[in-house]
Amino acid sequence: MNEIGLTHILFVSTILFFIGVYGFLTRRNMISMLMSIELILNSVNINFVAFNKYLYADKLDGTFFTIFIITIAAAEASVAIAIIIHLYRNLKSVDIDDADMMKF
Amino acid sequence: MNGNFYIALIPLLPLATFVLLGLFGRKYLSSISGIIGTLSLLISTLISITTAYNYFLVDGKVNGVYQKIIAFNFTWLQFSPNVSIDLGAILDPISVMMLVVVTFVSLMVHIFSLGYMKGEERFATYYAFLSLFTFSMLGLVLSTNIFQIYMFWELVGVSSFLLIGYYFEKPSAVAASKKAFIVTRFADLGFLIGILILAFNAETLDFGTLIERLTNPASPYLINATTLSFFGMSALTWGLVMVFLGGAGKSAMFPFHIWLPDAMEGPTPVSALIHAATMVVAGVYLVARLFPIYSFDVTALHVVMYVGAFSALLAAVIACTQTDIKRVLAYSTMSQIGYMMFSLGVSSYGGENGLGYMASMFHLFTHAFFKSLLFLGAGAVIHLVHSNEMKDMGGLRKLMPITHITFLIACLAIAGIPPFAGFFSKEEILLAAFHSNKLIYGVALFTSGLTAFYMFRLYFTIFWSKPSYANASDGRESHAHAEHGEGTSTMKIPLIILGACAILAGFFPIASLVTSDGAALETHIDIVFSIAPVLLAIGGILLAMNLYKSENDKPQKLAISLGGFYTAAHKKFYMDEMYLFITKNIIFNIIGKTAAWIDKNIVDGFMNFLAGFTALISELIKGLQSGKLQQYAIYFFVGVIGFMLLFIYIWA
Repeated sequence: MNEIGLTHILFVSTILFFIGVYGFLTRRNMISMLMSIELILNSVNINFVAFNKYLYADKLDGTFFTIFIITIAAAEASVAIAIIIHLYRNLKSVDIDDADMMKF
Repeated sequence: MNGNFYIALIPLLPLATFVLLGLFGRKYLSSISGIIGTLSLLISTLISITTAYNYFLVDGKVNGVYQKIIAFNFTWLQFSPNVSIDLGAILDPISVMMLVVVTFVSLMVHIFSLGYMKGEERFATYYAFLSLFTFSMLGLVLSTNIFQIYMFWELVGVSSFLLIGYYFEKPSAVAASKKAFIVTRFADLGFLIGILILAFNAETLDFGTLIERLTNPASPYLINATTLSFFGMSALTWGLVMVFLGGAGKSAMFPFHIWLPDAMEGPTPVSALIHAATMVVAGVYLVARLFPIYSFDVTALHVVMYVGAFSALLAAVIACTQTDIKRVLAYSTMSQIGYMMFSLGVSSYGGENGLGYMASMFHLFTHAFFKSLLFLGAGAVIHLVHSNEMKDMGGLRKLMPITHITFLIACLAIAGIPPFAGFFSKEEILLAAFHSNKLIYGVALFTSGLTAFYMFRLYFTIFWSKPSYANASDGRESHAHAEHGEGTSTMKIPLIILGACAILAGFFPIASLVTSDGAALETHIDIVFSIAPVLLAIGGILLAMNLYKSENDKPQKLAISLGGFYTAAHKKFYMDEMYLFITKNIIFNIIGKTAAWIDKNIVDGFMNFLAGFTALISELIKGLQSGKLQQYAIYFFVGVIGFMLLFIYIWA
């Protein structure tokens, strides 16, 4: 218990993941939902880095994946914010419950 | 004569006229449309007379027997290597004879209509329809296969429908045209079934092959067709009876005759052309065309015989009581076609036994002339009087001498007085009937007496009866009539030409030209045999003269003394009412309502159930698609967890 092992880190990333999922499912504000998605992505990043360090210390694949995910997250955030801005212009609101036109 | 495409011109010229007048007639050609139609038909007539001359006198005969010649034939629809629908032209004695009759009578009617229909608003349309009819009828006559004849059969039905309904402002004309179309269409259904049965058994549609396969006793097709049986009759009999059903519809035989009297709503020249001389004999022509097969099947031939004889008698009885002159003529037409039918029925194929066949064709030939003459004469009378009712006429002989004389000739011809045309043909029919079936002979003899009676009843009521037309009707009206007199010369010329034909047609040597097997037939008028029918005819004429020559109350008394029978005949034996009863009460109420109930409740019910069930299900589940993004996310998430559990605990 005096050394921080893989388990600890996975524990942290799991908590982070579920905080993100919880936030995504309960937040009404679209910006907050976007932030929750970032949390989910980052928890995955932690996993990648941790597994890389503890199991395959001589390889860099996990680190590369993390960098890819960060890049894609940035792109995704810009697209998502563009969508949010458009929705705001149409609905005068960033509440996700107001954007429910696509139904039966 | 093979490959003579000029024969195609005979029907195609009227078709071209129809297209021309139908498209441009009303706008650009309305004043000369009659001339165009008449001229193009004149060319057709000349070609067909040339064809007839070539066929009968130059190159139709091989070893004393007239051959069937296929002038041209091209395959139109090929179903399989053996079965195809062709379009072609056949030349054999009956088709050549019909060609001449159709074009000639049509020409006369075209000329007559120039005067009769003058000033009509839809003059060009009228000529367009006449041309369409002529085209269809010529196509029907020239058909080389049974399907081609069916197509043209329907085409003449359509043109008849259009022409009966020509005065479409009159509700009665509309009703009559619909009635004619529906009744004949109904009969044509039988014709189609008959075609299918025959074609199925013979595996061909071509007349020549069909006849060859179904008349050769050794052919497997015939054996197959006669052994297959349904309700106690062989497939062959069924096919022939069904085909005859179609013919009976077109030829107004009992029980499909009800449309013909009503069809008189059309313009009178149309009645002369379609409902007297040409279209209504299409049924006779059809039976004659397939006669070699009919002669093989006694049952079918008996049906033809009895239906024909019964129609002849029934129509003659009804004709004695009608007061509308065109209706009298309509019933007389039906009666004469009945003659032709039973004459075919008593005949058999080849040689001396083919007398009935020849007589039938002979009567068709002569009847076309004197009946169209009668109708055109009636047209001239109606043109003058502006009424179809006999009571509005009388004493017209001074006012319209040419019509009077020609009408008298036609009456004598139809009554069978020698030496007019009808005498010779009727004599042959009676002789044929005498040799084959005494009952039919009796009916025919009686009918011929009745024919003379009702025709002269018509004649005397129109032209004698009242002292003079001007005194009889109210003064103002008759004055207007006297002014335009008997009609234009275009109306008189056809009457004179047809009158000449009605006298001379009987001397035409049909017996040596048109026979069942193509070989010439020796005929002789037996003076002793002729005595009975001629005496009966003269008796009929004298009776009519006694009753109708001057106005008196004898017809009235006679009608009263006959009582119920007279009323029944006057009401056409309640045939129309019977049809109405059957259609309205039985078909509409019982069958129609049941079918409607089944349709509404069972068929529609099943469909409504399916639709309702689907709607219900969708109503239940449509809440799932709420438009709320986070709900979807929950579903997704739950789904992923579900898959994960499945993966870990069950599949792994």
